[in-house]
Amino acid sequence: MARVVAVTGNEASAEALRQINPDVCAAYPITPQTDLMQRFSGFVSDGKVDTEVILVESEHSAMSACIGASAAGGRVVTATSSQGLALMWEMLFIAAGMRLPVVMPLVNRALSAPLNIHGDHSDSMGARDSGWIQLYSENAQEAYDNTIQAFRIAEHMDIRLPVMVCFDGFIISHSIERVEYLEDTEVKNFVGEYKQLYPLLDIDNPKSYGPLILPDLYMEYKRAQHEVMTKVKDVVLDVASEFKKLSKREYGLFEAYRLDDADIALVILSSAAGTAKDVIDEFRGRGIKAGLLKPRLFRPFPYEEVADTLKKVRAISVMDRADSFGGYGPLFMEISSALLHIKERPLLINKIYGLGGRDFLPGHAEMVLNELMEIVETGKFKTIKEYIGVRE
Amino acid sequence: MPLKLKELSKKEDLFTHGHRMCSGCGTPIIIKQVLMASDYPVIASNATGCLEVSSCISLYTAWKIPWIHSAFENAAATIAGVETMYSALKKQGKIDREIKFVAFGGDGGTYDIGLQSLSGAMERGHDMLYICYDNGAYMNTGIQRSSATPFGADTTTSPAGSVVPGKMQQRKNLTKIMAAHDIPYVAQASPAHWQDLIRKVKKAFEIKGPKFMNVISPCNRGWRSRTDDAIELSRLAVDTCYWPLYEVENGITKVTYTPRNKKPIVDFLKPQGRFKHLFSPENEWILKKLQEDIDKEWDELLRASSIEK
Repeated sequence: MARVVAVTGNEASAEALRQINPDVCAAYPITPQTDLMQRFSGFVSDGKVDTEVILVESEHSAMSACIGASAAGGRVVTATSSQGLALMWEMLFIAAGMRLPVVMPLVNRALSAPLNIHGDHSDSMGARDSGWIQLYSENAQEAYDNTIQAFRIAEHMDIRLPVMVCFDGFIISHSIERVEYLEDTEVKNFVGEYKQLYPLLDIDNPKSYGPLILPDLYMEYKRAQHEVMTKVKDVVLDVASEFKKLSKREYGLFEAYRLDDADIALVILSSAAGTAKDVIDEFRGRGIKAGLLKPRLFRPFPYEEVADTLKKVRAISVMDRADSFGGYGPLFMEISSALLHIKERPLLINKIYGLGGRDFLPGHAEMVLNELMEIVETGKFKTIKEYIGVRE
Repeated sequence: MPLKLKELSKKEDLFTHGHRMCSGCGTPIIIKQVLMASDYPVIASNATGCLEVSSCISLYTAWKIPWIHSAFENAAATIAGVETMYSALKKQGKIDREIKFVAFGGDGGTYDIGLQSLSGAMERGHDMLYICYDNGAYMNTGIQRSSATPFGADTTTSPAGSVVPGKMQQRKNLTKIMAAHDIPYVAQASPAHWQDLIRKVKKAFEIKGPKFMNVISPCNRGWRSRTDDAIELSRLAVDTCYWPLYEVENGITKVTYTPRNKKPIVDFLKPQGRFKHLFSPENEWILKKLQEDIDKEWDELLRASSIEK
């Protein structure tokens, strides 16, 4: 029987980790992740998990220790935000390149400078090419559900790759919401036992991790990494369908909200999708065919499926909570790539919103949808990339 | 019980021939001695550096033990993760063998970029031994100065020129820094004194908690010396007291070898091309300073050792 609780995203994510009971957790505190790991450390101190916690001196060492622990043979977790992820940078590639299924809740936060502790996606978007699988969550429920599913995806024998479970700093991590928890045994059975394929601790069969690879083989390794990524989609869907049996909650590669017959649509990640859905409903109520696509699996990006879902829409605004200075927003670049091969393409615009925790309000979604209606009517748009909610 | 070469020679070589270390390098000798010293199965992590790039390339490895290299600055944090997983699985009853954990790093990966992760791992008390093979520069990158490079040495980034006569900063005393962590065991060793080195490694493996050993590792490429003099130079380093052999066990300092006739530092410097410029008259002051520094440090060490006896 599910337990219905009122908890924050951090609390829900920590609860998922308690139920999973990983073997090793290495962590360093950073806002807004701190509260998540504090709660988890509390479970350790109260004997509610068997996890060995390594309270390291930096995020670089946190990821390094996770790499060592995962290669040693067992289930490994950490969590971070922003600068912490940036400090882990080097090691993110190494965890992925070694095929180590580390799971990491990432409480999304802006990157310095200027220093800002609030939520945006510049941390995870920057890490999109590190070889990690990335899942994004709209609310505390999804943060909880994605954390549980992440272990199954990461540790799947065809995959064995690290997974980042992203959810918005403060907006999700610190807001209290209604969440349905699964039973401990349900979670335990769902994630199952994990056995590392080539554990370092198997003393009788010594293995070497992290050799030097010269130009004669390096590209083959990198292509192999890409090939593994192409298998991730199927695993994500399989895990989601099993999870549905357990929880009655449905997950896919993305959520297509009222998109079937939509003329205009927003593509928007994480918590802002929730706000936008209300406005979409309002537009639908007025007879305007508006819809929304909320990516869940961002890496690997499901290009074909996204294209198939969006191809009949006439005008789309891709909403980015991260920027690429001198370029379009990262999500916009993905959606453009997805639609590139379609002859009759929707018109695309890009809005940068909510950086550093700037509020994304229903009015913003309304304004963008109105602009899309105008684009549909005139067939023209003014600017491709624009910032919304900025003081002029 | 004294260590006998005859007995040790019966042990399996866990670091095999076929590695690509330069001929005459001191490091593989040290690694062999360390692995030979262990009576337990050992898992090693290795910082990026000479040893790592030449011992495990593509499908070939010289390591007959489980081995992991992740990056330059984190051999300590990486092995800390391995050791913690061992504790976790041991607690869960999934593993019961006694296994020892060791990290190897060069002076660049230890004194400099790796100092934070080393210090962190020591403070957290992981049951591990960290071994620094100190060849006094970033040798793998083309003989660039590190904080372990001796005062006055000629390196590619501190070249002896017409105005600046080599590296103008003092060596960092890492062994002292590690001892200041108040960990159960810290030692300095040399491959020329193999019995002393093996005894120290054996002792370290018997102690629970974090241990650190600093081992001098001659590099004929960087030191610009002959290819057959690694052992001779590491002995001269000890006999000149440039590299005193000592240990700090539970805070008690003990010199483990006192040269019968302490040799002048020039005996250690002369066979090395990196110090050639120091023997011109205008650089006499550098030789004088080096000798003074060594004498002072050696006296301090003897005093610490005798006071605490």
